[in-house]
Amino acid sequence: MKRFEGKVLFLDRSDINTDEVIPAKYLTEVSKEALKPHLFEDLKLKGFDPREDLMDKEIVISRKNFGCGSSREHAPWALEVNNINVVIAESFARIFRQNNFNCGMLAIELPTETIESLFKKYSGMDTYAKVDVKKGEISISSGGISEVIQFRLGGFDKALVEAGGWVGFANSKY
Amino acid sequence: MGKTIAEKIFEEHLLDEPFKGSYVLKIDRVFCHEITTPIAINDLIARDMDKVYDPSKIKAVIDHVTPAKDSKTAEQGKILRDWSRRHEIEFFDIGRNGVCHAIFPEKGFIRPGFTAIMGDSHTCTYGAFGAFAAGIGTTDLEVGILKGVCAFKYPKTMKFILKGKLPEGVYAKDVILFIISQIGVNGATDCVMEFTGSLIDDMSMESRMTLCNMAIEAGGTCGICYPDMKTVEYLWDFIKEDFDTKEAALANYSKYKSDSDASFEKVIEYDLSKLEPLITVGFKPDQVKSVREAQGTVVDQIYIGSCTNGRIEDLRIAAAVLKGKKISDNVRAVLSPATPKIFEQAMSEGLIKIFMDAGFCVTNPTCGACLGMSNGVLANGEVCAATTNRNFNGRMGKGGMIHLMSPATAAATAIEGKITNSPFFKV
Repeated sequence: MKRFEGKVLFLDRSDINTDEVIPAKYLTEVSKEALKPHLFEDLKLKGFDPREDLMDKEIVISRKNFGCGSSREHAPWALEVNNINVVIAESFARIFRQNNFNCGMLAIELPTETIESLFKKYSGMDTYAKVDVKKGEISISSGGISEVIQFRLGGFDKALVEAGGWVGFANSKY
Repeated sequence: MGKTIAEKIFEEHLLDEPFKGSYVLKIDRVFCHEITTPIAINDLIARDMDKVYDPSKIKAVIDHVTPAKDSKTAEQGKILRDWSRRHEIEFFDIGRNGVCHAIFPEKGFIRPGFTAIMGDSHTCTYGAFGAFAAGIGTTDLEVGILKGVCAFKYPKTMKFILKGKLPEGVYAKDVILFIISQIGVNGATDCVMEFTGSLIDDMSMESRMTLCNMAIEAGGTCGICYPDMKTVEYLWDFIKEDFDTKEAALANYSKYKSDSDASFEKVIEYDLSKLEPLITVGFKPDQVKSVREAQGTVVDQIYIGSCTNGRIEDLRIAAAVLKGKKISDNVRAVLSPATPKIFEQAMSEGLIKIFMDAGFCVTNPTCGACLGMSNGVLANGEVCAATTNRNFNGRMGKGGMIHLMSPATAAATAIEGKITNSPFFKV
């Protein structure tokens, strides 16, 4: 399995689309690594500076409908090559969510109140989170405070994460 | 308990339920373009699995950047071209190529009841033919190519009953912008958007494709319409070997509709007899105003084309607005007919001359400008009136802004240099 822990990047906006995650002009690249410097280049979010704010971050927490728009798997890849293997949000667009799991990465949905409380308590602070896929738990901490949040993954999603993606799974089964 | 059209197609194609709630379907068509397919091809080669499940069910096209603009896009085209030759896959190379979601239906590759996937979110367009068609990522595409299967959740359906008669000067594009503005950009996430009602019955196949094309902008998995005589007429050249008469074809396809006692996630009814032409005003497709409210907004570029509105019907409407007129000196305008056939029709009908006389730059069929890859990219701070499907920040070029609208509104806007209603719409 991939690494599912690290410092948290809070993106306080709904409907972040995959054009914002990685602009189409970089879709001419045929290597994932080439996407690395361009993650969130066109993100419309006040005060956000990708060069500074992405530094050392390995988990993204955002609001509703993360990853809407284009089907480009370049979006999860651009996250992956920046060591971000986990996105936690209130909800996801279908294709982005599936792409993430197909790559053996996590797209974890939490209830509105939980996301709201995470933003209230931790955003703007140095926050660390660790996801335990087996237990279905996220441990999150910052300064003196910490907590453990439960989440649920479907059987298929879990299998994809454990198998490291969909190609191997499908090839052995169909 | 009855079933929805999506459920019927789903069950006909069901192969496996590897985990509760996840269903693996057999796929009738795997469509490929040069942006999302080469990485799948390279990965299959790297895994020593360079095979395809059935070359007759896979179709490939170069459409996003055509002709190649640099070495990287030339390489993407080459990978797709070589692979298509190697596996004897029908391939539409530069010169014979068009925007995927316009050329594949035009070639008769989609039929009622089919399942189709493509590494392109606007694959939902094919639902206009009563098919279950969904955009997917490169990994799903790779598995589709290799095994002819794809995994989905069981389809929930939102049913839209559209009633009334559209006023003159109001089109399918206005209808779908209205629906998205009502339910929001995630209003149909994980749902099939089923479009029914007298308004759909009256719509051409082109209009139904425009409608289904933008289902994804509300988060929908697929748009879907019931097949009818218009579907049969559109497909007749491709299906006449299979059926004695058009009526027989229709009888066969008529099973692809929702039963009266089917269960829906939601049923929403609109009477659109008083709908006005609409445009988007922000950076999300659900930020919509009437053209009247946005009247006078200055633009720099007009773009008519794309998988949403680059078909012959769209060109006819725009040309009717432009006939004998010139575009404003303050704007430039670009037309990309979506396929060579559409281009040819537009030439023989005299439409291309109208566009060129008005001052349009006419390009070859391509997706280029819509996603800021080529053939009409915006500069920082520029505004485009576009018949495309996405107004996301930076979509047509970094720092650019897009107003989505119908071809009629776009043509009228080109003449004025400012957003304005077409003369066909009378307040």
